[in-house]
Amino acid sequence: MSDVLTEVKKSPLDSEIVLNMGPQHPSTHGVLRVLLKLDGERIVHAECEIGYLHTGMEKLAEYKKYNHVITITDRMDYLNSTGNNLGFVLAVEKMLQLDIPPRAQVIRVMLTELQRIASHSVWIATHGLEIGAMTLFFYGFRVREAVLQLIEAVCGGRMMPSYFRIGGLARDIPDGWTQRVRDFCDDFETQALKEFDTLLTENPIFRKRTEGVGVISAEEAIQWGMSGPCLRGSGVAHDIRRAHPYSGYETYDFDIPTRPEGDVWARYLVRVEEMRQSLRIVRQAVEKLPSGPVKADAPRIVLPDRHKMKTQMDALIYHFLLVSDGFPVPAGEVYQPIESARGELGFYIVSDGGPKPYRMHVRAPSFANLQALPKLIEGHLIADVVAIIGSIDIVLGDIDR
Amino acid sequence: MDIALEAALKIAVILFIVLTFLAYLVLFERKILGWIQLRVGPNRVGPWGLLQPLADLLKFIAKEDVTPDTPNRVLFALAPALALVPPLMALAVIPFGSTIELFGRKIALQITDINVGLLYVFALGSLEVYGIILAGWSSNSKYSLLGGLRSAAQMISYELALTLSVAGVLIQAGTLSLSEIVHVQSGYYFGIIPRWHVFWYQPLGFIIFFIAAVAETNRVPFDLPEAESELVAGYHTEYSSIKFAMFFVGEYAAMFVVSALATTLFLGGWTGPGAERVPLLGVLYFSLKTGFFLFVYIWLRGTLPRFRYDQLMQFGWKVLVPMAFANIFISSALALWR
Repeated sequence: MSDVLTEVKKSPLDSEIVLNMGPQHPSTHGVLRVLLKLDGERIVHAECEIGYLHTGMEKLAEYKKYNHVITITDRMDYLNSTGNNLGFVLAVEKMLQLDIPPRAQVIRVMLTELQRIASHSVWIATHGLEIGAMTLFFYGFRVREAVLQLIEAVCGGRMMPSYFRIGGLARDIPDGWTQRVRDFCDDFETQALKEFDTLLTENPIFRKRTEGVGVISAEEAIQWGMSGPCLRGSGVAHDIRRAHPYSGYETYDFDIPTRPEGDVWARYLVRVEEMRQSLRIVRQAVEKLPSGPVKADAPRIVLPDRHKMKTQMDALIYHFLLVSDGFPVPAGEVYQPIESARGELGFYIVSDGGPKPYRMHVRAPSFANLQALPKLIEGHLIADVVAIIGSIDIVLGDIDR
Repeated sequence: MDIALEAALKIAVILFIVLTFLAYLVLFERKILGWIQLRVGPNRVGPWGLLQPLADLLKFIAKEDVTPDTPNRVLFALAPALALVPPLMALAVIPFGSTIELFGRKIALQITDINVGLLYVFALGSLEVYGIILAGWSSNSKYSLLGGLRSAAQMISYELALTLSVAGVLIQAGTLSLSEIVHVQSGYYFGIIPRWHVFWYQPLGFIIFFIAAVAETNRVPFDLPEAESELVAGYHTEYSSIKFAMFFVGEYAAMFVVSALATTLFLGGWTGPGAERVPLLGVLYFSLKTGFFLFVYIWLRGTLPRFRYDQLMQFGWKVLVPMAFANIFISSALALWR
């Protein structure tokens, strides 16, 4: 960092300038700061600075009971909130060795995949805007709005659902919701995906802007710790949903899209194809949705129904204990990775046997993917910087936590 | 005295009409972009948003005019004027229609018909780059400087293609006067197809002219000087208040001028059925044709992503300029053969 800032010009003919891009800049996806050393418009050296959105969420989790931490995880990667909820909830359930009812699992998968579609839509919207296709911005956000309305119908929250609970879901889905999901799937496939293809995939200017830009090989991508679409864009078919299935992903039929090129164009194609695969998963989930409870049969962990709490003595006692004391989690540690929209999102939780986590660490996909940014942009032009940052699809809330 | 008064009146009327038109062009653009982008566009100020331009103007005037810590305050203030005045001056030679009779006088719907009209327009077009590069330099900001430099390179490169593409029209028409170029294009071939240059002998020239004109006016997909996702706002990042408004109007005025020029050179200007007898019909035809180009500008903005700097330069020098030269050869051959 400092050596870039303080370096003095060696000779008057030295044409290099240092450009400070961010933290306030229209296309650094929030508050990322990138220092660029330029020769003309070409980048000689680049360094990232993060931390402008640091909110101490991991530390905060040590002071919250397990069910309260769910609301914090929403706010980390705010484009993938149900995914964050799922990761945390799964980690705690792993420690508790809870069995989740099938209905709750299918609904979890449905919401997580819908959220992935929403997240990728926001990505395609902002990525398009940065490359200059401003209309796409509105088309992408329209898809996201549709998904947010579905989430709102389930739990009342839009960006911050906090709908999953340790041991299941907060409540069952409302009547007619699955039909709304079906309608959304049809609209999305017949309208939005076609528009994305017409406006970007088939656009020669967009191809020219993205092909051969920000190339990273499969070996390097693995060495830098990249995951998710960035890794699959380099040709590595690694997907946590397939490699370490959770929530019953092994029972769904879906493909892992990969592209060998490793450039911005490849990462673009992988994400667009992922939206199609998510759509397939959502449709399968809607079809196979079983009836039954949405909460595990574990009265010491799961809050009782409101009705039972008011009529049955034991339910009232459990309710009182859960709300006042929380529930103890056996001492030990656990690491639970899931495939978020951005890559491997891992929750590492240490418990000392109390009702609050002793330590929580989040393996944020954006953080690991961003590390490779200087390597990707050096030697490219300023216009490529925004294209490459967009293609990594970072969320600063995810990076800084 | 009479001639001077008549010219002064014409300048006043045309400036008034064109500036009002430009203000509504902004509204029009926002409406069309809104429709393309599934929005409604401005609709709060006045019915259908019709008073929006007025509100914008008031806001521009009322805002604080901030001058950054600049090496040269004079150039910083001069740059917006250099961006706005040349396109407005270019309006002087554009024929808006034929001749009308008013108070017993014959009045041509053109401020002045100088015999080197086309050269005059291009001379003014070259001046415009000064406004942008001086703005970029005098803002004392790296983003502005990069925007200004990009713009200078882009405008110089594309001006070449723009000027060369018009050479074909000159060879066909044999005159530099814009009103005579319009007259050359009046009438029909085979009684049905208008003798416009876009249909006869100059289709290639027209395509080159239009692409180069989009680049010359810094519009999508060639809007690199002000690429907001990369350079924040490019050369006018540091400008505020009425100085920013001058850049803004200057850009739209330039759009209007090149659209009017394209209409005059390739689409037969104000000619059309009945335009000789009813001059106002000619003005209508002229407005419709120019409006078509302006619509295409907005349409492009709603659809296309942006080129990269090096791709833009490659496209200009390796594709457009050779094509323009080829067009000159073809036109010359056709002129000889005729």
